Amino acid sequence: MSKRIGLEASHAVAEAVKMADADVIAAYPITPQTHIPERLAEMVANGELNASYLPVESEHSALSACLGSVSVGARTFTTTAGQGLELMHEVVYVASSMRFPVVMAICNRALSAPLSVWADHSDVMAVRDTGWIQVFCENNQEAFDLTLWAFRVAEDPRVLFPAMVHLDGFSLSHVIEPVILPEQSEVDRFLPKFQYPFALNPDKPVTHGAFGPPDIYSEAKVAQEVAFRRSKEMILQGWKEFGDIFGRYYSPVERYKVEGAKTLLLTVGSLSETAKIVIDERRAKGESVGLVRLRLWRPFPFEEFRQAVKDTEVLIVFDRCISHGTVAPVFCEVRSALYDEEKKPNVVGITGGLGGRDVSVNDFGYVIDRGVEIAEKGSQRMLETVGIRGEMVGIRG
Amino acid sequence: MEEKSIKFGKSLVPIEEFVAEGHNFCTGCGEALVIRLACKALGKNVIINMPTGCDEICTTPLPVTSWRVPWMHTLFENAAATISGVEAGLKILMKKDRIPRRDIVTVVMGGDGATSDIGVQALSGAMERGHNFLYICLDNEAYMNTGIQRSSATPYGASTTTAPAGKVSIGQTTWKKDMVAIAVAHSIPYAATACPSYPFDLMNKVKKGAEVKGPAYINILSPCPTGWRHLSNMTIEIGRLAVETGIFPIYEVENGHYRLNIDRPRLKPVEEYIKLQGRFRHLPDEEIKKIQERVNEEYRKLKAKVAAFAA
Repeated sequence: MSKRIGLEASHAVAEAVKMADADVIAAYPITPQTHIPERLAEMVANGELNASYLPVESEHSALSACLGSVSVGARTFTTTAGQGLELMHEVVYVASSMRFPVVMAICNRALSAPLSVWADHSDVMAVRDTGWIQVFCENNQEAFDLTLWAFRVAEDPRVLFPAMVHLDGFSLSHVIEPVILPEQSEVDRFLPKFQYPFALNPDKPVTHGAFGPPDIYSEAKVAQEVAFRRSKEMILQGWKEFGDIFGRYYSPVERYKVEGAKTLLLTVGSLSETAKIVIDERRAKGESVGLVRLRLWRPFPFEEFRQAVKDTEVLIVFDRCISHGTVAPVFCEVRSALYDEEKKPNVVGITGGLGGRDVSVNDFGYVIDRGVEIAEKGSQRMLETVGIRGEMVGIRG
Repeated sequence: MEEKSIKFGKSLVPIEEFVAEGHNFCTGCGEALVIRLACKALGKNVIINMPTGCDEICTTPLPVTSWRVPWMHTLFENAAATISGVEAGLKILMKKDRIPRRDIVTVVMGGDGATSDIGVQALSGAMERGHNFLYICLDNEAYMNTGIQRSSATPYGASTTTAPAGKVSIGQTTWKKDMVAIAVAHSIPYAATACPSYPFDLMNKVKKGAEVKGPAYINILSPCPTGWRHLSNMTIEIGRLAVETGIFPIYEVENGHYRLNIDRPRLKPVEEYIKLQGRFRHLPDEEIKKIQERVNEEYRKLKAKVAAFAA
């Protein structure tokens, strides 16, 4: 029997790693991710999880050690946040380019300076081009489910790409909610043992990580990209099989009350739960609004996204990140995704929720109203923001 | 057990070559020789991780490889971290009976820049955690792969492209970082120096480093004709002079006990070593005298450590 218990999202991730029977965990502590490695270290110390826990001396070494353990065929997990993800940045690229299916949970955190340990998406957006499968969690159940699913998809011999599971720091990572934990037998049915086809083995020597002169680098990178885009099929198949076993079906783009909506709000991450409250209120008043949430961030779900927004008039994109000197990243991405469409909504972008700034129900109300207003009249502002004291920094609104 | 007691010598060197004859090393490269000898000593049951450097570039231009043993390169500063994962992965998979239980030696071979500069943190972490691995530093005393830039292993007085000798500079103004002392400070079971001019000593140390349980560190002086600017047929002689002058003493530290493996009653003058190399050509006599004094002092300190443990 599966059981329903109250669990912090961080601990839900740790439970998924345990039920996946991970072999190696290499991690370095950083707020707000600490509860994940702490719980895993405890499980290993208590004998609940038969794994090797490497308390490495930095995030750079954490992910580097993961490359080593995957290279011999060990199921491998790591986790970090914000600055930690920045420190491991070059290793992040290597993990995907060398096709090492590490699973990594990120408790999303703002980037220095000024120092902030609180949530936003600056860390994610800095690694969006790294070739990792990336998903955003909305709640604790998703934190458990998507971590388990990530092992299944990443390690699929037709995929062999690493996967990041994003959960907003504190506002999701530290929240306790009911989580349904499945039976181990169900997990074992969903997740086969990891069989890495190119493991380093003295009986069958292979060379990993040969360097690419100009006459071959381009082909190597394009081959990687072709394989990465093809992973979408296994991503969808993984969710289908997950649903068939556990009863919860996931999709790349979540749609909430989108039927006939003239205005759609688009979010990523845990703030969508707050946004849904506003959608409910507006719908109750008869307003034609709905919500679209990107669950799958990479590879970008072009088809599902276009399908989700094709009939709406205004699409308001909410970003938790500034891309200095240009438009916000999610806004940039989705507007580009729609550029070639004949029928497309008017896309507007609003930024907020930086460095842990709360985004309230009222704030989302403003985002919708202001978004519609910009769609009608255009914006004269340098930046469209919400919940930021614009008068302090020289912008209005 | 019997096999483990075997010592390499003139009549006993494995004929197998684990690094193929095809590679891109310079003529007379000391490092290529070290890799060849070390691999003979290690045998086939190894996994080698190699950071960025000459050794990696000269052996693996995609789509070909010189390696007949499992080999991996990922980045410049992280080989000690990746080998931690390799070692931990093998150990847990054997414990869980996912792969057959056997001895596989996990080895890093990396240059002095990857070891004593950019990778020193990862190396310290791996030694501190006590992984069962062997770290071989292929010490050619500068960043040779990128064009002879100075590292913390570059000797005092050498001219490099980022610490060049000039009208107001002698080149490198700092003394070579003592990586063996840093390794010993981690209380690891085995640390040593070696030089391919003494091939059997080198091979036996590699074997010993592979066999001890826990971290082992071997710093191997690897003369570089291109960077040191000496004739490519002088590699072995220059390595021998580094030892005979006391500039690079050959010793080992087993569980904290120091032993000089090659101890000459009288050291040759350092000038004999220095004068053969273009990197020192600019040095005035008073600087050579300074080097001589420092070498005497360092050698005396080393002998004192040896004597302390012998007593």
